[in-house]
Amino acid sequence: MSSLTGVYHVSPLCSPVSKPVRPSSARLDRQELAAIFAGGCVGAVARAALAQSLVTNADEWPWATFCVNLLGAALLGWLITRLQERLPPSRYSRSFLGTGVCGALTTFSTVMVELVKMLEAAHVGLALGYAAASVAGGFAAIFLTTKLVRRARLTR
Amino acid sequence: MSFLALWLGVGVLGGLGALARFAIDSFVSASTGARFPFGTLLVNLSGALVLGVLVGVALHGDAYLLVGTAVIGSYTTFSTWMLESHRLAEDGRRWLLGANIVLSLLLGVGAAELGRLLGGG
Repeated sequence: MSSLTGVYHVSPLCSPVSKPVRPSSARLDRQELAAIFAGGCVGAVARAALAQSLVTNADEWPWATFCVNLLGAALLGWLITRLQERLPPSRYSRSFLGTGVCGALTTFSTVMVELVKMLEAAHVGLALGYAAASVAGGFAAIFLTTKLVRRARLTR
Repeated sequence: MSFLALWLGVGVLGGLGALARFAIDSFVSASTGARFPFGTLLVNLSGALVLGVLVGVALHGDAYLLVGTAVIGSYTTFSTWMLESHRLAEDGRRWLLGANIVLSLLLGVGAAELGRLLGGG
């Protein structure tokens, strides 16, 4: 398994080595860029809509960001493991769903700004809890969906 | 700004944020090799810095939604950060896993705070 996952160390979605089907590394693949753009639109609108309808203050748990991040991590773990280990390489679903939708649905910068605001307001416990829960939750989401995809393959 | 124009803007700008992430991540990953996910780290730290600046200059309302939530929110990514961390763990690279988590968190909060200060917040 490690030889399969080995090529994904740096950039599972973007690294040239993870795309053996790329016709020419020098040429820009317009369809791939269009897929990333379209996926980015979908992910951004979904995240922004949730953020607008679930506004939280610095003394509250940022449910909107927390939920999209865990959901996006789960979707990416499922998708990439499936593409990597079960299906033939399919660049466009990786570009659209992975780099586009999951990448844009989830956000790192918002988490950092939320943490700064919590710390500014001296809610240190909340900040530590939020950071820990995000990392643990995101990691668990990838772990579980990866396991699920691999188990499904074995029982087939 | 009309409702439709605003949300079309969120979609288009979010798509551009995703393209910028892809471009920078691809470029950095190609030049740093496959040992550590520097591409995602650079994208996330630079995005945290810029979002901090936007908060520092007190951007709000539709402008923050379009530039902050749509562009910078899409530009940075949580899911890829977690996926790459998980794959490092699977390959037993514990130090790199720890570095990827701790460096991202500490430098990320530092970048957002620095941005906020630069923005005058």
